[in-house]
Amino acid sequence: MAEKVLMKGNEALAEAAIRAGCRHFFGYPITPQTEVAAYMAKRLPKIGGVYLQAESEVAAINMVYGAAAAGVRVMTSSSSPGISLKGEGISYLIGADLPALIINVQRGGPGLGGIQPSQADYWMATRATGHGDGHVLVFAPSTVQEMANLAALAFELGDRYRAPVMILADGLLGQMMEPVELPEPLTEADLPPKPWAIDGHKNQRAHNTVNSLFLVAQELEDSITSRWVRYEQIKASEQRAETYRTEDAEYVIVAYGAASRIARSAVNTAREQGIKAGLIRPITLWPFPVDAIEASIERTAAYLVTEFSMGQMVEDVRLTVNGRRPVNFFAHTGGVVPTPDEVVEALRRMQAGESVHIVPVHSKLTGGYR
Amino acid sequence: MSETAAVADRPTNTLAGNAGEKAVEKVAEKAVEKAPKKASDKPRVVFERPHALTDVVTNYCPGCSHGIIQRLVAETLDELGIEGSTIGVCPVGCSVTAYNFYACDMAQAAHGRAPAVATGIKRALPESIVFTYQGDGDLASIGMAETVHAATRGEKITVIFINNAIYGMTGGQMAPTSLPGQVTQTSPYGRSVEEAGYPIRVCEMLATLDGVALAQRVTVDSPKAVRATKRAIKKAFQYQVEGLGFTIIEVLSTCPTNWGLTPADSFAWLEENMVPYYPLGVYRDAKAEAAAREGVL
Repeated sequence: MAEKVLMKGNEALAEAAIRAGCRHFFGYPITPQTEVAAYMAKRLPKIGGVYLQAESEVAAINMVYGAAAAGVRVMTSSSSPGISLKGEGISYLIGADLPALIINVQRGGPGLGGIQPSQADYWMATRATGHGDGHVLVFAPSTVQEMANLAALAFELGDRYRAPVMILADGLLGQMMEPVELPEPLTEADLPPKPWAIDGHKNQRAHNTVNSLFLVAQELEDSITSRWVRYEQIKASEQRAETYRTEDAEYVIVAYGAASRIARSAVNTAREQGIKAGLIRPITLWPFPVDAIEASIERTAAYLVTEFSMGQMVEDVRLTVNGRRPVNFFAHTGGVVPTPDEVVEALRRMQAGESVHIVPVHSKLTGGYR
Repeated sequence: MSETAAVADRPTNTLAGNAGEKAVEKVAEKAVEKAPKKASDKPRVVFERPHALTDVVTNYCPGCSHGIIQRLVAETLDELGIEGSTIGVCPVGCSVTAYNFYACDMAQAAHGRAPAVATGIKRALPESIVFTYQGDGDLASIGMAETVHAATRGEKITVIFINNAIYGMTGGQMAPTSLPGQVTQTSPYGRSVEEAGYPIRVCEMLATLDGVALAQRVTVDSPKAVRATKRAIKKAFQYQVEGLGFTIIEVLSTCPTNWGLTPADSFAWLEENMVPYYPLGVYRDAKAEAAAREGVL
C-alpha cells in the first residue's frame, strides 16, 4: 500500500493526473485553481511533458482539442468565468468525440462574481457546457483523496467513452490539505490505443479526420444519436454515489462536493438530537445517480437538498423523486458557506412537518429566512 | 465519429471540371503524338492530382482561387515526402471541409482557433508537420489572438492565409482585410474607415514578432505568381521541417462570387486594388537574415 502524503486538493488532483498518463496541460491563470497550473508548470517539463500557458481560456481549450485529437491524455484547469470561455471548445470536443479532462474549481458568479467556494456551475456542467445536443461526464469530489481518485478515473472513462470529462470542484476542496494515497503511475503500455487519432498516417492507413461538421441533417442526426447510445451506456454503468447512514434514515440529505461535508456533520448532529437523518452524496453529477435516490425512496419521509447555489441540483432530485416525496431545499450562495447547524435546523423543521425552502433573501427585504 | 476516406486507388489524370479535363486530354494527346509510336508505349502522364489530395470534388465556387492554393500545398507535401507525418487543420470558412480534400490526417477547428488547435497537435507530436489553412475572417478577425500568440511563441507550424478581402462562405460580408471603400453585404455604402477602421496588414504586423521564421505575401493571379507562391509555400514547410519557427504565407486571393466579378476581372481587381494596399514580398525571413548577418561578419 502506498504511503499517505499531506497535500492540497488541487495538487493531489494534478499529481494523480500525471500518474494517469497526462503529460500535456494547457491553461490560463485564474483564482482559485492556481495550484493545479503551478504544480503542472513545475512537474511536467521535468518528465518530458508540456505545460503551456495559453493566451486565453479559449485558446487553451482549443489546444486541448488539438492534443486530444493527436491522441494524448490532456487536461486544462480553470474556474467558473474561465469555463464559460471554454464552452465553445468543450462543445467541439463533444462533437468530435474527443476525450479530455477539464477541471472547474468553481467560484461565485454570474459575471466576475467572487472567489469564494461556490456550486453555481452545476447547470453549466450538467446541462450546457457549450452549444448543441451533448454532455460531458461530471465528477464531484468531496475529499482530497477523491480529487486524486477521480482524476485517474476521468482519463480512463474519457478514453473508454470518447467523451470529455469535467471535475467539478470548488475553492474549499482545492485549497484544503488532507492525507492522500496517490494512485500508482501508469506506463505507456497501460494506455489504450487510439486508432482514430490524427497522428500522421505514415502511409500505413487511410487518413483520419477529427471533425464535428455534418452539413446533411440526417448525417448530423445519426452522429448525435450514435453518441446518445454511448450516453445510455454511461447512464447504465457509470452512476456513482456514496450513501451515509441511510439504512434507517427517514430524512435524507442530497448534497455533493464541499456541501456534502457540511451535510455529513449535520447528519451526525441530527442523529444525536433524535432525527433519523442520512446522506446521499452524488459523485457523478452527469450521469446523475438516479439509482441511489430511487433505492432510498421507499423508506424516506422527505429529502433535503443543500448546495452552494440558489437551487440547481435540486431540480435533478425533484425530477428523480417525481412528486413521490417532498423535496426540501436549503442553500447559501455567492461564497457564503452554510453551517452544519443551519442544516440541522432545516431537518428539525422538516421533522415537525414543515415544508422547507430556505434560500438567502436580500438583507433589505423582510419576511424571508436568512 | 471521425470520417475516413480511402487514400488508395486514386485515379490519376483527373481534374474537377470539364475544362480542366479537356486541357489535360489535349496535352496528353500532344505528348502521345511526339512519342515514338510503339504499341507497348503508354501515354505519358504530364499532369495529375497530387497524392496529398483526395479524389473528392471541392465545394469551391467556379473561378475561385482556393483550388490553386490548396493544390500547391498538396504538391509541397508530395515533393517533401511528408504527407504521412503531416496533420492539417482547416478553419471555419470556405475551406471548412478541407479535411475531405487532403489525404493527410486532418482536424476541423472552431472559427479562428486553428492556430491553437495546431499548437496542441504540434506540442503532442513534435515530430509531425502541422499546417493550418485559414481565411481572412478566421485568421485576422475572430482568431487574431490565436494567430498573434502562436506567432510570438514561435510555434513550429505553417499557416496558409487566404486573403480575399471578404467573408466568402457566409455570403460576402466585410472582412478585416476589406479595402477602404469596398462594397460588401455589410458595408453597402463602401467600407468607411471612420466607422469600420482600416484593413489589417497581417504579414507586416507579424513580422515584428521574434518567433516568426517566415512571413511572406504572394498571390496567384498569373502563372508566374502561382509558381512564386509554390516556392514560398514549399519554403515555409521546409522551414518547419528544419524546426525554425512560425511560418506564414499570405496569399492574395479572389472571390468572384461575392465580389460580383468574372474570374478574369477578379484577378484584375486584385492586381489594381489589393496589391497596392498589400504589397507582395518577404516581410521576415529569419534564416536569410541570419545568413546575411553571418556574411557581414
